[in-house]
Amino acid sequence: MTQAASAPVLLVGPLLLFMAAFYAFPVLAMLARSVTDPHPTLANFAHLAGDGVFLHVFGTTLRTAFIVTAGTLFLGYPVALALSRMRPTAATITLVIVLLPFWTSVLVRSYAWMVLLGRRGLINEALRALDLIDAPLRLLNTPLAVNLAMIHILLPYMILPIASVLRQIDPSLPRAAAGMGATPWGAFRQVVLPLSMPGALAGTLLVFVLSLGFYITPALVGGPRDLMLSQLIAQQVDLLNWPYAACLSVTLLAATLVLLGATQVLPGVRGAFRLGTR
Amino acid sequence: MDGGLSPIAATRLGRGASVSLVDLEKRFEGVGAVRGISLEIASGEFLTLLGPSGSGKTTTLMMIAGFETPSGGDIAIDRASVVGVPPHRRNIGMVFQNYALFPHLTVAENIAFPLKQRGVDRGTRAVRVKEALALVRLPGYEARYPRQLSGGQQQRVALARAIVFQPRLLLMDEPLGALDKQLRESLQLEMRRLHADLGITFVYVTHDQEEALTMSDRIAVVNEGRIAQLGAPEALYDRPCDRFVASFLGESNFLTGTVRGMETGVVVAECAGAVLRGVAPQALAAGAAVTLSTRPERMRFADALPAAPGNRLRATVTEAVFAGERCRYLLRAEDGTMLVVKEPSSATTRRRAVGEVAELAWPVADTVVV
Ligand SMILES: Nc1ncnc2c1ncn2[C@@H]1O[C@H](COP(=O)(O)OP(=O)(O)O)[C@@H](O)[C@H]1O
Ligand SMILES: [Mg+2]
Repeated sequence: MTQAASAPVLLVGPLLLFMAAFYAFPVLAMLARSVTDPHPTLANFAHLAGDGVFLHVFGTTLRTAFIVTAGTLFLGYPVALALSRMRPTAATITLVIVLLPFWTSVLVRSYAWMVLLGRRGLINEALRALDLIDAPLRLLNTPLAVNLAMIHILLPYMILPIASVLRQIDPSLPRAAAGMGATPWGAFRQVVLPLSMPGALAGTLLVFVLSLGFYITPALVGGPRDLMLSQLIAQQVDLLNWPYAACLSVTLLAATLVLLGATQVLPGVRGAFRLGTR
Repeated sequence: MDGGLSPIAATRLGRGASVSLVDLEKRFEGVGAVRGISLEIASGEFLTLLGPSGSGKTTTLMMIAGFETPSGGDIAIDRASVVGVPPHRRNIGMVFQNYALFPHLTVAENIAFPLKQRGVDRGTRAVRVKEALALVRLPGYEARYPRQLSGGQQQRVALARAIVFQPRLLLMDEPLGALDKQLRESLQLEMRRLHADLGITFVYVTHDQEEALTMSDRIAVVNEGRIAQLGAPEALYDRPCDRFVASFLGESNFLTGTVRGMETGVVVAECAGAVLRGVAPQALAAGAAVTLSTRPERMRFADALPAAPGNRLRATVTEAVFAGERCRYLLRAEDGTMLVVKEPSSATTRRRAVGEVAELAWPVADTVVV
């Protein structure tokens, strides 16, 4: 038992050292800074609560995360369902397509959105050709562009956990449901859907948490008036306003940790995050 | 149920459905899994499809249930073809080998599932669930989840769920396959009782010949996608039609030889250096090759019998094993053919020694041409 327990510690040791030096230390330093700069105080946080800019940015961040999560869930679930029912070859090809945005450089991806959404982009040109609009619509540098681009990028994080849970559902269960008189929709709603909830919850939390901290995509395709939290942090760092930036970072970190904590408490969700099959 | 009919059984109407399979075929990517099965299953019958793994039993059952589409032939239930009818409209009860209980639903919700699909109201559902649980002798288990039950209990829940909506036909795919021997034997008896109580048609799939012999009204022995033989358990055991059936259903001794001639329904043949007689379904030409088959427990040592009629054969004992209720001997006939003899044990029976030459005797009626 002792040997079995100590072996994993040795194996993850190098990573632990790395994380301590390059992650834990800076985070703790920042945490310290948020309550000690310029002198030991909680005033920085108290100030945040009444800060109009912060509240606006925090609201934008939450709203974006919410829309992106809902978007990926509604677009991703059917894809995951299809994926779980495909033969191996078709499933592999589909998986590659799903993961394509994953493997594409974030710049290339964002420029693709510019080509699509720009003033002379594909969508504006098409609408003009159809005589639906006179002047080009402002699509780029809007919340819409941010939501679309983030949904695009984050879809795999929603699809993969759902597909993995769906694939573990015994195919004889929906069969049995049909044999007992359930219509295909009835079998899905009463059997497959409830059994896939852990995957949907896992994907939802994953996408929501990732959305909260998104930076590059909003910076490239978003508007100057709708900053996300991480953009505000970057801005404040540029302005060398360290205490404020540290405070914002701690707030973001806290929100993330609360959500990740929920994954360990909510029944059923833990299973979806477990490695390997059941 | 302690005496009397259960409420479910008492309300039975018209009892079982009749099922008719006509030249049923199923090919998977060109490979035949079921290759022309024709079978008439009578209303209220307990019919078993018995065959080795991969012989096409499950595929046949799945086609009756509607989960697989036949590549050819027809399936009729109560004389109406059901090919093209989706499974949820066939009103057939089904027990899967792994039970297929819904893990997120309680026992009561699992059993109520088919009733809910049929729009039965909540109050009636609760009553029927209770009846069904009583019928499978699992009363009071409503609130449990499947994972909290033993294998045998899960099997009963699956059975309750398959009969709660009073289907006229119940399909079972190796429902006892995952259970240990003792549990299997007691559930076999319960299954028979349930069949008698409900009066509906059972189509049962198994690869266990003992299970098939114990439970069925009729057995269809399936081999390589075809029915090798169909009949009552005794008929199949006493009169196997070919070597496959003779060896798959119980144990058999085979003696090969040459036909000498025919005597009304009986073939006379020279086998293993002796003249033997066997029941022949049709006349065989003199000089033709023939194989006679006899069950090991029907053969006896001639010197232990008061009058030994029928067939006699000399053989040397090569192995003797005492197995409690009987002795099992392995013998070699003069032409080298190996024979198994099972003799009921008794303190008065002389045990044979290895190397002893003995004369075997058995009735002509227990010898068949295969
Ligand atoms: N979905 C399928 N795809 C391809 N081949 C199958 C499929 N289902 C069954 N088979 C093949 O059909 C044959 C009969 O299978 P099955 O009906 O399951 O046999 P049994 O139930 O008697 O063991 C086997 O050779 C099996 O490999
Ligand atoms: Mg099978």
